[in-house]
Amino acid sequence: MPQYSDKVMDHFTKPRNIGEIEKPDGVGEVGNPVCGDMMKFSIKVKDNRIEDVKYLTFGCGAAIAVSSMVSEMAKGKTLEEAKKITNKQVAEELGGLPGNKMHCSNLGADALHKAIDDYMAKEKVSAG
Amino acid sequence: MINMKEINLDYAAAAPLDKRVVEKMIPFFTEHYGNPSSGHTLGEKPKEAIEDAREAVANLIGAEAKNIIFTASVSEANNLVIKGLVKAGKKKGNHLIASSIEHFSVLNQLKTLEKEGYRITLLPVDEYGMVNPKDLEAAIDDQTVLVSIQTANSEIGTIQPIAELSAVARERDIPFHTDAAAAAGWIELDVEKMGVDLLTLAGDQFYGPKGSAALYVKRGIRLMPQVEGGIQERGLRAGTENVPAIVGLGEAAKIATETMSQRAGKLTAIRDQLKESLLKAVPNLHLNGHPEQRLPHNLNLSVEFVEGEALLMRLQMAGIYVSSGSSCTSQALKSSHVLSAIGRPPELAQGSLQLTLGPGSSAEDIPYITEQLAEIAALLRNMSPLYHQHLKEEKTNASVQ
Repeated sequence: MPQYSDKVMDHFTKPRNIGEIEKPDGVGEVGNPVCGDMMKFSIKVKDNRIEDVKYLTFGCGAAIAVSSMVSEMAKGKTLEEAKKITNKQVAEELGGLPGNKMHCSNLGADALHKAIDDYMAKEKVSAG
Repeated sequence: MINMKEINLDYAAAAPLDKRVVEKMIPFFTEHYGNPSSGHTLGEKPKEAIEDAREAVANLIGAEAKNIIFTASVSEANNLVIKGLVKAGKKKGNHLIASSIEHFSVLNQLKTLEKEGYRITLLPVDEYGMVNPKDLEAAIDDQTVLVSIQTANSEIGTIQPIAELSAVARERDIPFHTDAAAAAGWIELDVEKMGVDLLTLAGDQFYGPKGSAALYVKRGIRLMPQVEGGIQERGLRAGTENVPAIVGLGEAAKIATETMSQRAGKLTAIRDQLKESLLKAVPNLHLNGHPEQRLPHNLNLSVEFVEGEALLMRLQMAGIYVSSGSSCTSQALKSSHVLSAIGRPPELAQGSLQLTLGPGSSAEDIPYITEQLAEIAALLRNMSPLYHQHLKEEKTNASVQ
């Protein structure tokens, strides 16, 4: 088992914001069972801000901690701010991730961005 | 944490040595420290002890002592078998056959040989991990120089029909090797009845020391040494003998020969109880490996919808130590080749737990293990997209009906 930081262990043992938003404004999914990690983010948007964010994650300790951290980082941010969250920042906020986990498990920001893109695409349709 | 239980369910990774083994080894570190190759008195006792150990290992597998070679690991012994046999080149040919669920010390050598121009056939296994003798028969051709099929699989515990498989090879006069690392000391082995020409085993798998292993080489089989130098071990394995380790292996083999049925019987009973208890308490839990033809101390289960490393970490927090075939728990970040060979889809391979029992295992721990696994599985499933998808599908199916 890899050596995880205290922050990672904290988020792994007490993951925040687990779940699926009912009638979400945007949904983003990344990963697959072959690589071992899957994340599904759902967001609620109000006045251009992420009012609520939830996720479901199938994956290792790092993947769970990453999802939890991303949900905390994204909550309350404007869509533009949230789009700027990078996987690297998430890893930094978690006090670092083991090298081999940087690529396969650190997908939380990607899933969040997909959820935002999904929301924006829907907005465009309803506006158009 | 207050009074946390510690339950080892990963004894195949490492088990404590039997105390009798340790006691037998100790004098050979200090008192009888001599070199068995010495011409003087100091070498006598160590030399004698090595020969006693050889006899004990031979007894464990129904062999003659003169056909036993000591090595430092099964990986080394397997390298001596495959590379050694190919290099000796007694039988001309460029084709080797193994099962697709061999240990990496066999599979990786075969990959290397393939790059050097050899043809390799990896036999498929059925859903339980069994090799079909008919597949072996079909794979053999006039270029085949070696068949290597493990006695039992360390991960899923499945025991192969070695006698039937070796008979196929013998008919065509092809040497047959079996890696018995997981099986030796746990199930009865007899090189004559099994019909094998080469067999490898490890002391640390039956309460002997790490760094102790042995190879049985039938008379008439030619191998090229892979560690060249002095003429220790009939010239097949150079280097001053690790006397304490060999003595420990011998003692472990002696104890295993004497107490195998009792030891195996006890752990089989606990294992079966544990299996029943877990299958009853945790829904969507799948048994990997053969339901009957399996090692007495092995249980392998896939917890559907969750990933193995997360399970392993949560179980560790509850004081329960296990291993998993998930990609995240492997150094190579690849999920188990064994689970993939038996046809388990990736999500089930990712959620696999390998539970192996040993000297500290007790039926008294089963309720605690069951309660913990049920709780952890529910907790991780609650956050799993695969599980939520499954719930939705169940709901849809129910409403359709």
